[in-house]
Amino acid sequence: MSSIAWTPFWLSFKLAFVTTAVLFLLALPLAWWLAQTRTRLKPFLEALVSLPIVLPPSVLGFYLLWAFAPDSPLGAFLKERLGLELVFSFPGLVVASVIYSFPFMLQPLQSGFESLNRHMLEAAYVAGKTGWQTLLFVALPNIKPALLSALIVTFAHTVGEFGVVLMVGGSIPGETKVASVAIYEYVEIMDYKNAHIYSAIMVGISFVVLTAVYLFNRHHRRRLGGA
Amino acid sequence: MMVDIKIRKRLHGARGEMELFVNLTLSAGSFTALTGPSGSGKSTLLRILAGLESADGEIKVSQKRWLANNKSLPPQQRDVGLLFQDYALFEHMSVRQNLLFVQKDPALADALLESTGLSELANRRPAYLSGGQKQRVALCRALMRRPKLLLLDEPFSALDPAMRLTLQHEILKLHREFGTTTLMVSHDPAEIYRMAQRVIRLENGKITADGTPGDVLLKRSGSQKFSFEGEVLEIQKRDAVYVAVVAIGQQIVEVVTDTRTAKTLQIGQQVTVATKAFAPVIITE
Repeated sequence: MSSIAWTPFWLSFKLAFVTTAVLFLLALPLAWWLAQTRTRLKPFLEALVSLPIVLPPSVLGFYLLWAFAPDSPLGAFLKERLGLELVFSFPGLVVASVIYSFPFMLQPLQSGFESLNRHMLEAAYVAGKTGWQTLLFVALPNIKPALLSALIVTFAHTVGEFGVVLMVGGSIPGETKVASVAIYEYVEIMDYKNAHIYSAIMVGISFVVLTAVYLFNRHHRRRLGGA
Repeated sequence: MMVDIKIRKRLHGARGEMELFVNLTLSAGSFTALTGPSGSGKSTLLRILAGLESADGEIKVSQKRWLANNKSLPPQQRDVGLLFQDYALFEHMSVRQNLLFVQKDPALADALLESTGLSELANRRPAYLSGGQKQRVALCRALMRRPKLLLLDEPFSALDPAMRLTLQHEILKLHREFGTTTLMVSHDPAEIYRMAQRVIRLENGKITADGTPGDVLLKRSGSQKFSFEGEVLEIQKRDAVYVAVVAIGQQIVEVVTDTRTAKTLQIGQQVTVATKAFAPVIITE
């Protein structure tokens, strides 16, 4: 048995990790705001950020590819002003994944915030705490299960990504060739042995990660006394 | 701390639109009860005072303007303590942390916990406390900023009668100790009589009575000296007379009535049970 190239796995998890971190910072304030706002624009905003759930990955991938292309206005701007090339590059994968996984981070956070007792947040305001302090020290610690599921689902969703990644990133070894793409290529050239090994490893790692999360979650719920 | 309130606000209540209009001065260190039917704007008034809801008009607390010409001080900058009906404790923090989160003043926190008998429970989380204990924590938390104005929204509604009595004493004690000007929403005449120096009745957003608990709560209409408000639960015919079963507060009583009155009574109707000719007698066992 030839030695296994671990790079695609490493890339998959690096992408998932970076995407989750970036998304957390982006989605947190938006979820907080959406949970409290009374603006009439809310349904439109919610629909917009939920689009990636409904759209085929190829649609999103196509638009991103088109937008990131060096001859498009955005692509040209990024390249000239920031020196960023997003097509067939790791940063491009991150941007694409952030957009693609956005609803998976946003929705659990938002519904977590919406389920909080409004009086508890108001008690913090009356106690002199700012919106940010209330978000970080009162709201967030009280939605830990929702927070955890937002992080995990986003992470898992990014690891499991295929269509968008393939379209925007292609398959550059060590740069954009993530595990799911590598498996696809093995199947395409009918190397079933390696496809099997890679797939089994994916199943194994994913199972271990998810189990760890659910164990933690159970422990945490017990500690909170079921509250 | 004198509190001047002159506000108006349109409310969309369960019974359609109404205007909350309150013109009121609370003298420094006073304990005032706010009563009236539900949906009359009592809680909204407290929320406006706390800065959690907007209103037109003016709120002045000892020369400082909390609300004036549409410029409203945010809740963070008002010296106010608010006790929510559902306590609204920070669930993820221990009792002590609930207090210290408001103000890093361990000495005050410990003193408050001590005086409300909570010292033993300082490290517990709210989920492990009884209703009365949560209530005490919420009260202590509301006092951590040494507020000028203390707002209590039906603080005893979820507690049993014995617990109410204990907590009423504790609230009065802390009200005096901290010298706060206190405004309490309450439906319970006995509680109001015991605690407040002044009662304000709010109906449909307007003040309809303002005076001492004796003036406002004791009914002295006509020659009726002994009368109670109650709700008709049932009307029974027994031989020649009718008997109405009436709920008065926590008690259920039977009242004999003539046929003509019985015909006009309806289940659920609010009635007054009174005696005119006889002096009531208090019997102790």
